[in-house]
Amino acid sequence: MSGDHIHAEPTNFFRKHVFSVDHKVIAKQFLWFGLVWLGIGGIMAMLIRWQLANPGDPVPVIGSFLFPRTGGVIDPATYNTLFTMHGTIMIFLGLTPLIIGCVGNWAIPLMIGARDMIFPLLNCLSFWTVFAGGCVGFYSLFVPLGATEAGWTGYPTLSTTVNGLGSGETLWAIAVFLIGASSIMGGINYMTTVIRLRAPGMTWGRLPLTVWGLFLTSALNVLFIPVIGSAMLLLIMDRVFGTTFFVPASIMQGGGGGDPILYQHLFWIFGHPEVYILILPAWGIIGDLLSFFARKPAFGYRAQVGAMTAVTVLSAVVYGHHMFTTGLSAMLGESFMLLTMIISVPAEILFFSWLHTIWRGNIRFTVPMLWSVGVIFVFGLGGLTGIYCATIGTDIFLHDTYFIVGHFHLTMAASALFAAFGAIVFFFPKMFGRMMSPLLGKLHFWLTIIPLVSVFCMMFVMGYAGMPRRYYDHTSMEFLASLQHMNKAATHMAFLLGSAQLIFVFNFIKSRWFGKPASTNPWEVGTLDWQTETPLPHYNFKDIPTVVTGPHEFSHPALPEGRDWISMTEELPSA
Amino acid sequence: MSSTLQTAADGHGETLEPEDVNFGKATGGKVAMWMFIAQDGMSFGGLLFAYGVLRSSAQEWPIPAEVLGIGLTAVATFLLICSSLSMVFAVLAAQERNQAALVRWLGVTIAGGATFLGIQAYEYYHLVHNGVGFITSSHNGESINNLFGTTFYAVTGFHGLHVLSGVIYLTIIFRGAQKGKYTQGGTSYSPVELVGLFWHFVDLVWILVFTFIYLL
Repeated sequence: MSGDHIHAEPTNFFRKHVFSVDHKVIAKQFLWFGLVWLGIGGIMAMLIRWQLANPGDPVPVIGSFLFPRTGGVIDPATYNTLFTMHGTIMIFLGLTPLIIGCVGNWAIPLMIGARDMIFPLLNCLSFWTVFAGGCVGFYSLFVPLGATEAGWTGYPTLSTTVNGLGSGETLWAIAVFLIGASSIMGGINYMTTVIRLRAPGMTWGRLPLTVWGLFLTSALNVLFIPVIGSAMLLLIMDRVFGTTFFVPASIMQGGGGGDPILYQHLFWIFGHPEVYILILPAWGIIGDLLSFFARKPAFGYRAQVGAMTAVTVLSAVVYGHHMFTTGLSAMLGESFMLLTMIISVPAEILFFSWLHTIWRGNIRFTVPMLWSVGVIFVFGLGGLTGIYCATIGTDIFLHDTYFIVGHFHLTMAASALFAAFGAIVFFFPKMFGRMMSPLLGKLHFWLTIIPLVSVFCMMFVMGYAGMPRRYYDHTSMEFLASLQHMNKAATHMAFLLGSAQLIFVFNFIKSRWFGKPASTNPWEVGTLDWQTETPLPHYNFKDIPTVVTGPHEFSHPALPEGRDWISMTEELPSA
Repeated sequence: MSSTLQTAADGHGETLEPEDVNFGKATGGKVAMWMFIAQDGMSFGGLLFAYGVLRSSAQEWPIPAEVLGIGLTAVATFLLICSSLSMVFAVLAAQERNQAALVRWLGVTIAGGATFLGIQAYEYYHLVHNGVGFITSSHNGESINNLFGTTFYAVTGFHGLHVLSGVIYLTIIFRGAQKGKYTQGGTSYSPVELVGLFWHFVDLVWILVFTFIYLL
């Protein structure tokens, strides 16, 4: 039992690169998979922005290729498909594989000093299940009547057969189910690995914060994805067999009807933890990176872990704040509002700790550090605007406007994306044995954060002015026509943001094969992953290391001149 | 440390779960099985939550006992609980390295699960015959809330799938027990313990399902 996760190095191409059980290969598979889907979702975002700025105009260059039937014009149904699939793809197929699949698979065994995940075969299955989910989702774009138009939340009655006749919506539910199954497999594997395979001396109080974030995320994955799984099963039954779980009596012929709001409960019981599923690894990653590049111990390590745990627990009991406008009883609404507000306390603890980590540090503005500081900035903006969304009085006005779109893009999407970029650049030297270009990396960072913040801040203004989300053409309404110049400006910024990602693609591909060779520990940090040689041997560690110090022992006064870090396997020198 | 590259590279590393006071005694498989049970419990939770919401907001809902009949299901419930007991004996037998008893008790457990499935199949056949369908339901010729049949089949069917997977899982373990795989001392009994955990969970969930769907 105990040595089951150890496997000999494969010699056959398929076992080595395709159906590999090696966590390092699976991490790279998740990385490429996530990046490709991020690209597809990004192109969809660009198309949405084009339509919003120039309603009804044919899309230049690629339009006639993508939408030949309409001569390049995005028709309303296609527009609905685009924003629905943009959300689904970015969350389930872009960010989740990157920040949980790739970073989790890479960082967990290496950072805790293990030779692989505890269940390598399950790990392989997890990747190929999400791959199958991606294939189903991609296929749904080409079925008759097109992919789902119900929004990424798939609310009934939009998602029932009453409104969506094609098979797109059914395929969407199947895809979400498969991707969820993959996340559950990954979650069980990650948690068991962290519980069972830590190197001797790697106590819970010495775990790098990245591992803490991923561990807590895995707990949320394991507990809450099953709930959306059951919602998807019920939705599929409604669509395929004609049951009426979510179809209300008012649109049925005879008999009793179901409850569309029930779906919203089931969806958000999962959906709110999902926000934290994406943000907890991001918090963990930047908690580590800020300390690594400020050359200071992480401020309030225990407080940070405690705050992340508190958020994990609280995230289970706040989902109702997505449903303030569904006629939720006032008492329930107020309870959810109070609980949501309480979440800002641990979030503040984290902010305070991050700022104190870099306060008076010997900061090295490397590319991962820039992304980490970027996370603090965009998450701060998103978090502060979240207060308006959590307060019932303002939310009833702001609900379903661009204010919400701006808010969740900054908190969940941009923060997780920035942390993923930071983590990719940070782990790249160990992953591929080469450094990414810092110059291109910095250019990419600045050309991403400036347009990104502009786009979403303009969305706050437009949303506050009452512009609803998901509308096909805002210029058709008189009271919104005056905001069109801002829509155009946001689109220009979004195009700048989109084209800046080409810098990353170029940098990634170029550095992967032609980058400067990396040394064993280019960032000069003490965690276990940087103590083994580059390129990594098949079994990661020749001898399982024994841990004697914490992960963030920087600038200790007793260290000799010219060296400001210490490996986790070295005793601190006594002063 | 004892675990060097040599022991790892030949694929037979002895212990890679390091010997350390911090690590506790549970094997990886056991930790993972408990997590699997937690996630499975949440998926039943989702379905039972849906059932509760739909039933409490329905305008009319028949009394389940009248439509479903309880006698036969009570027998099935009793059988399933007994199979949990025989599972406990099977784990004990494996720990005591008593192969004959292990095979016998696993056989009894499988028989209990299979009989439960048989009773459920008979019950479905009987109910469909009497008008309680998956899409539309009627009782004594009068139509009743569609969702009564829908939720009944969805929840009990989901549980039935668990019993079926449990029986298949038990059969695989049964075959291994016949070959004497789990009675070799040490931790060799732990696959029996794991299937036991899953089986007890399936039984426990049935108590909840039986209470909410049939009795209340």
